[in-house]
Formats: sequence, structure tokens, C-alpha cells
Amino acid sequence: MQKKRVVFSYPPHLVDHPIITKLVRDFDLTVNILRANITPRGGRMVIEVEGKRPALEAGIGYVKEIGVEIEPIAQDVKWHEDRCTQCTACISICPTKALDVERKTMEVSFNRDKCIVCEACIPVCPYQAIEFLF
Amino acid sequence: MAKTIAEINEKIKKGKAVVFTAEEIIDYAAQKGVKAAAQEVDVVTTGTFGPMCSSGAYFNVGHTKPRIKLGGGKTTLNDIPVYVGLAAVDFFLGATAMSEDDPRNKIYPGKFTYGGGHVIEELVAGKDVKLTATAYGTDCYPRKSLETYISLKDMNEAVLFNLRNAYQNYNCAVNLSDRVIHTYMGVLQPKLGNATYSSAGQLSPLLNDPLYKTVGVGTRIFLGGGTGYVVSSGTQHNPGVKRTEKGVPKASAGTLCVTGDLKQMSPKWLRGTSFTGYGVTLTVGIGVPIPILNEEIFQYTLVRDEDLWTQIVDYSESYPQFIPGSLGEVNYQQLKSGKITVQGKEVPTSGFSSYAKAREISQMLKDWIKTGKFFLTEPVELLPSADSGIVFKPLKERPIKKK
Repeated sequence: MQKKRVVFSYPPHLVDHPIITKLVRDFDLTVNILRANITPRGGRMVIEVEGKRPALEAGIGYVKEIGVEIEPIAQDVKWHEDRCTQCTACISICPTKALDVERKTMEVSFNRDKCIVCEACIPVCPYQAIEFLF
Repeated sequence: MAKTIAEINEKIKKGKAVVFTAEEIIDYAAQKGVKAAAQEVDVVTTGTFGPMCSSGAYFNVGHTKPRIKLGGGKTTLNDIPVYVGLAAVDFFLGATAMSEDDPRNKIYPGKFTYGGGHVIEELVAGKDVKLTATAYGTDCYPRKSLETYISLKDMNEAVLFNLRNAYQNYNCAVNLSDRVIHTYMGVLQPKLGNATYSSAGQLSPLLNDPLYKTVGVGTRIFLGGGTGYVVSSGTQHNPGVKRTEKGVPKASAGTLCVTGDLKQMSPKWLRGTSFTGYGVTLTVGIGVPIPILNEEIFQYTLVRDEDLWTQIVDYSESYPQFIPGSLGEVNYQQLKSGKITVQGKEVPTSGFSSYAKAREISQMLKDWIKTGKFFLTEPVELLPSADSGIVFKPLKERPIKKK
């Protein structure tokens, strides 16, 4: 079994297509929608897909083929290290430890691969050190 | 073995002063033995970098031609109002000031993205800011309006003046209610969802000199990346709180009023700060050198996070309603571990005072002293201590009589 977290960018003509249902039914994938913002003008969806490797590749292939752009997650998240003061305000809020602290030095780090783009850190950071371009 | 500040300065001049940070000294004394280390060490440096709302700066921007009297009118820097109740072209900018059209908490929680603290950071970064003013005009100051860019280098004086900084210990904040609350201690999740704290603990200036035996009026310090001075004890200086056997306060206690030339400072160590739903402020970097004049003073600097206790306070009810009471005591080692236990529940923690930056400040100050760039001063007067009888009073409201 393999798991992938990606961002789907929908062009306007695909917003009424049951793409997620297709992934579940036709490719036998488990899909977890972490975040979605779909309007008639298009939209974006942050999802986690899980399944056997060939099914996962075929499913992703199908989505690409019909015209949805796929990017790795957190591509649109910026952690401005120069703005971060290592205060650790975000640490108790981040649900996945994408923002984490090395306890010995008390230095904060950002691990892009763990970020689920939930934006919980945004109102918490006093220095606007995290930016989402979602 | 007692040393004087003059003797320590002599060693600094010769490049021979023995200096440790308040973090390093803990292990060094354990290794070397307290007695021997106390004799050897000349200075222990401390540091803190946290949001400090009672901060601000005053400026003299020079006279215009024809002249204008800002006092009695309205003046702003980047649309942030400043206090002009002073002579013609002097004014004070407070860290928490915000523009008149900032929506504040009208759409709750407000974002508070820009305010006085941010203007100070931009000025220190060398940026131009917009100075606008309207005045009523007098015979000697006829001009009624002004609009110009100005930067720090254009000004005659630009001085950071903070009424209350470097709090000696601070509450650990939690939220017992069932809704998210937005406070100066950050966003607090309902039902003990998180806990926040704000102290550099074992690196914090006044926690290393708990009874104010060395720091006093005129003490030269690291301030905002430049040098500054302690003016006096800060507002709300409250030395009479509960203390440990070693004299360390177990709640917010002493504070410092500090000042320094803004033109020497750096935007790295003076940061505009936004608290969602609360407001704007300034995060200030301060480092205080502690001269090791005797073994007693040295002993105080050996304090560790696990010896430093503070009170857990509910910010949904107890704090806003000014109801005294603590949900328990917790130490900084526990707070820095990432979780504490409150009312039997494990609660994740977050800080607002950056320990990593506090360490950097203590290290910078150590380097300045070791390389002869920073000398210690003899305080003109020490700060009021635990025996001063100072009482921290609430406001006693009295009804206004109708005439």
C-alpha cells in the first residue's frame, strides 16, 4: 500500500466531474479530502490517496489525463525562516508536527512533507512567518 | 574574593575577562565546583526576546520651514498615530498604537497586521516612513499641515524608551472555557487545548539576579541589537511576590524600564508583532550582564529551568475578571518539554519568548564583553527589592459626582 498527499488544481470545465468518486470506485483508492475550495471558476483540493502502487499510479494518471493539474502538497506553503523568531507559538497548534521544535536548542523547523495545509498556524504566528498561497 | 566592577572592566580592557552565558555557566559550575568557578568568572550574560507591549520610542524630527507645532494637532507615522503632547516637533510612538481605520476586532478575531511596533521595526531597518500632520497654527508656528517621507537618519533624535520590559517571570496561560479565545498570550484552545508561556527561563535577565543585587539605575545592557541602559525599575515592578527558598519569584515580579539610541539598533532584535484578536506590539531583545562580584551573586546565576516555577492562569475567566487564583504551578523545564499536566489533563505547550534568540543575545553580549566592546557600569541605585514593601495596586474606581 502506498500513500500520497497532493494538491489537485481543477480547471473550470471539470468542477462538476465526480473525480473523487471515480478514484474510489474505479481505482479502489482510499481518499481523504483534507481541504477543498471549488468554485465555478475552478478550484483546488488537498487530498491524501492511498492504495496499491499500480492502482495509485493509474488513478493519478487518470486525473492528469482529464486535465487536473497535480502538485506535491505544501508547494504553496512558505515558511519565512528569516521572519520566524523561534518562539514556538505554532508548535502546540500544528496537528502533524510539520512545524516542530528541537527541544535541546529550542529551534523551530518546518517539514514540508508533513504539512496538510490546514492553516491552523496562520492566526497563531505573531510574525507572519508562514504564508499560504492556496 | 569579592571583585569590583572597576576590576572587571580592567580585565575587559585587557581582553582577559572570563565570561559565560547564563546557560553555559550551569554546566561549567557543576564541573569546576561553585567556589572555584565563582572566583574565576567575571561576568554571566543573560538574554530575552519576547513581546513587550509597554515599549515605544520618542523622536525629534527637526523643524520645518515655515515652522509647525505638532502638539495639539494630529500626527501619524505610516498612518499610525503618535503622541504629540510635547514640544513642537517631539513625539512618542507606542508599540501597540494602530491606525484609526484598522478594523480592530470588528470582524472577530481581528488580524492586527500593522501598528506602532511595525513602524519601529521599519524605521530601524532604515526604511522611509510617511510622516503626516495637521496642526492648528500659531503666530510662531504658522504651518497647518505636513506630509513627507522620513527615515531614522533624517531625525535629530530617535530613542527607544520602554516603560516595562524584561518581566521577571510570567504566567502560563490556559483556557478553561469551551470557546477559542484570543489573548496577548496567543490563541488559546478551549478546554485546556494548549498552554502558553513567555519567559526565557534560565537565560532570563531578572531570573538570574532575582533580588536585584547587581542590576539597577544606569546598568548598561544589550537593547535591540545596540547598547542601552536601565532607567529604573519598570512599571508594575512587583518584587513582593511569593519566592522560592533561593529567592526566585514564582509569579510575575520585577520589571525594567529601559532606553537606548534607536539609530544603533537592528530590525532583527526589534520586531513588529501581531496577536490575532488582541493587537500589535513589539518584540524586544534585551541582554543584561551580571557582574560576578561575589559567590552569592554567582549562585543566583546557576538557576536552572527546573528550579523556576510559575503559575498556571485561566485566561477565559480568572485573568479577564481579575479573579486571583492559580490552577497550579509548573516549571520551565516542564513548559519547554512540550507538555504539562493541568487538572489531570496533558496539555501541549507553546512559548512566546524565544529561547533560541535569548541564547543568541546572551552569546552576542558575551562576545562584546570578551572583545572589549562593552564595559560594565556601576548602578547609581539598585532596584526596589522583596523587602521594599511595594504593593501592586488595582485601580480603585470612584464614581464621578454630578455637579
